[in-house]
Amino acid sequence: MKRFASLVAGVLAAWMAGWLALTVVPRQQLASVGPPAGLMPYTAEQLAGRRVYVANGCLYCHSQQPRASDLGPDSLRGWGRASVPGDYVYDDPHLLGTSRTGPDLLNIGVRQPSEDWHLIHLYQPRALVPGSIMPAFRFLFVVKARAAPGDRVVSVPPQWAPAGEVVVARPEALALVAYLRGLDRSYPASGTMGIHHGR
Amino acid sequence: MTADGLPASLEERVALRIAGDRSVRQVVMLFFGSALFWLLIGSLLGLVTSLKFEWPDLWTGTAWLTFGRIRPAHLNTMAYGWSSLAGLGAAVWLVARLTGTPLLHERLALASVVLWNVAVGAGTIAILAGRSSGMEWLEFPRWAGVILAIAGAPVGLSLLAMVRRRTLSHMYVSLWYLVGAVFWFPLLYIMANAPLWRGVDQAAMNWWYGHNVLGFWFTSISLGTIYYLIPKIIGRPIYSYQLSLLGFWGLAFFYSLVGVHHLVGGPLPDWLISLSVVASVLMIIPVVAVGYNHHMTAFRHLGALRWSPTLRFIVFGAVSYTLVSLQGSLEALQFFNRIVHFTHYTVAHAHFGLYAFVAMVLFGAVYYIVPRVAEREWPYPGLILAHFWLSVTGFAVYFIGLSIGGWRQGVAMLDASRPFLDSVTVTLPYLASRSVAAVILVVAHLIFIGHFSLVAMRRGPVRATPALLGEIPMGARDA
Repeated sequence: MKRFASLVAGVLAAWMAGWLALTVVPRQQLASVGPPAGLMPYTAEQLAGRRVYVANGCLYCHSQQPRASDLGPDSLRGWGRASVPGDYVYDDPHLLGTSRTGPDLLNIGVRQPSEDWHLIHLYQPRALVPGSIMPAFRFLFVVKARAAPGDRVVSVPPQWAPAGEVVVARPEALALVAYLRGLDRSYPASGTMGIHHGR
Repeated sequence: MTADGLPASLEERVALRIAGDRSVRQVVMLFFGSALFWLLIGSLLGLVTSLKFEWPDLWTGTAWLTFGRIRPAHLNTMAYGWSSLAGLGAAVWLVARLTGTPLLHERLALASVVLWNVAVGAGTIAILAGRSSGMEWLEFPRWAGVILAIAGAPVGLSLLAMVRRRTLSHMYVSLWYLVGAVFWFPLLYIMANAPLWRGVDQAAMNWWYGHNVLGFWFTSISLGTIYYLIPKIIGRPIYSYQLSLLGFWGLAFFYSLVGVHHLVGGPLPDWLISLSVVASVLMIIPVVAVGYNHHMTAFRHLGALRWSPTLRFIVFGAVSYTLVSLQGSLEALQFFNRIVHFTHYTVAHAHFGLYAFVAMVLFGAVYYIVPRVAEREWPYPGLILAHFWLSVTGFAVYFIGLSIGGWRQGVAMLDASRPFLDSVTVTLPYLASRSVAAVILVVAHLIFIGHFSLVAMRRGPVRATPALLGEIPMGARDA
C-alpha cells in the first residue's frame, strides 16, 4: 500500500462497523425496555452494598445471568429462570460476569434469604460450605472483646470463632448482605426483545 | 535514489538505519524499561492471585490483598503496563525503521512514557484501594482512564508524523498494523470510558471493547512486529503480498464484530450474539492467511532457530497466534461454548493469547531491538536461553493444566445430578499446577529483567559480536 489516506479510511471504517453493530444498534433496540413490574430500584443501602461487591471483585467468580435450560442446568440448580434485558435496567456497572468459580447470584436473595447465613459465610465460607475455595472477607468485620450497643454480632460457629472474642459486622458487610438478599429476579420475565429462551 | 525512495548505495541505507536506531534510543529504552517494571509487578500479582485459590484464608484481614482486587490489578498491569508499553517501544522503533525517518517530536514521545506510567500506576492503586469501575478490561476508574487516553496521544502523533513524512514511499505490511493500532486504541478506549451505557447494552459495550482491544491493539502491534522480524532475521522477503492484504483487512473487518461471543447464552438479542459468533468463525480466514504467510516465510529457514534468540521467541509467538485464534473460533461455537463458558478453560485461552503469542513476540522484539538502540550486546546468551525455556515450560504447565481443569469444571457444572461443589473440587489439582507455573514464569521474568538491567546500566562483559545461541552457518546473516 502506498496511500496513507486509503489505509486510514479503511481502518476507521472497520472500527466504525463494529462500534455501530455491537454497541449503538443494541442500545437503540433496547432503549424501549422499561423496568418489569416486579423489579424495585435498589435502595441506598443496597447500592452501597453493590459498590462493595464491585470493589472486592465478586464478579470475577460469580455471574449474574442464569441461562436457558438448553444451555445448562441453571434453573435446576435453583439459580432462576433465564434472565432478560429488563432484569438489568437499574444496573450500572453491569455485573453479568464471565466466570462461575462460584454459583450464579442473580437470585441469591431467593435461595438464601438469611442475613445470618450471609454474614457467617462472608466471614468464613468454609464454616457453612465445607470445600469452598471462596476467600474469607475478614476485613469486612471487626473482632473485639465485647460487643458495644448497636453492634451486629455475627454468630460464627465456635470452631471458627476467635476464642473469647466476638465478631462484629462492619457497615460494608451489612450493606453487601442487603444487596445480596435483594437479588431477586423471580417475577415473570417481560421485555424479552428477541433473546434466547430455550426451545 | 531508487523508485521506492531508498538511497541507492548500501552504505547510505545502512547509515539511514543506524541514524534511525540512534534517534529512538532514549524513548525506546524508557518504554522497555518501564514495561519491564510492570512485568515484574504484574507477574507477582499473578502469582498471588493463583495462590489465593490454594489458600483462600491467606491474607484475608487486609482489603487490598483480597483476591477480587489482586486479580484485576494483575490483568491491568500486564495489559496496560507490560504489554502496551513494550508494544509502544517496539512500535516506535519499527516506524523509524520502516519509514526511513528518524524519530520526530521526541518530547511528545517522552511525555507519553511518563503519562502512561502515571495512568497505569494510579489506576492500579485505585483498583487495590477498591475504586475499580467493575468492568473487565476497563477496571481503571474513569479519571485514570482519561489520563491513559491523554497519555497515548503524543506518541501517536509522533508516529503518524513519521509515517506522513516517510522517505520510503511504500508502506510495508507492518506499518498497516501499527497505523491501525494508533487509531484503533484511542477510539476504543475513549468510547468505552464514555458514560453512555447501563444494563445489558453496557455488557455488550464492555465485550465489544474487551475483545477489540486484543485484536486492534495487542494483536496488531504483535503481528506488525512478526512481519518485520521474521524476514529480517532469515534474510528473505515475506512469502505473499496478497496474503498480507487478506490477513490485514480480514482482521480489521471481522475482529471488530467478535466481542459479544463472550456473552453467548446471555440476556442479549439473538442477532447480536449470532453476529459475533459468525464473525468469530470468519476470523479463520485472516488467521490462516497470516499464519500461512508467516510460516511459509520461516519454514525453509528454521535452522536459524538454532542460533537466533529473537527468532525463537518470534516463531513461538507466530505459531501461538495461529493456534490460539483457531481455538478462539472453536470456543465461540455453541456446542463447545456451553462446556467451557464460565470456566478456567477461558482463562487458559486468554493466557495462550496474551502470553504465548503477545508476550513471546514482545520478548523477541526486546532481544532484537535493545542491542541496536543501546549499541551494546546482551552479555549472557545463557540467560536468554534460560528465559526462553522457563517461559515455554511455565506456559505449557499453565495452559495444559488449566485447560484440562477448566474442561472438567465445565462438564461437572453441566451435570445437574452432581452438586455444584464438584465443579470446584475437580479443578483443585489443576489450580495447584497453575501456581507452580506462576512460580516458573516469575523466575523467567526475573532473569529477563536482570539481564535487561545489565544492558541498560552498561554493566557486565562487553561483547564485540551479537549474543547468539549457536554458530551461524555460512550463508546466513544478521541476528
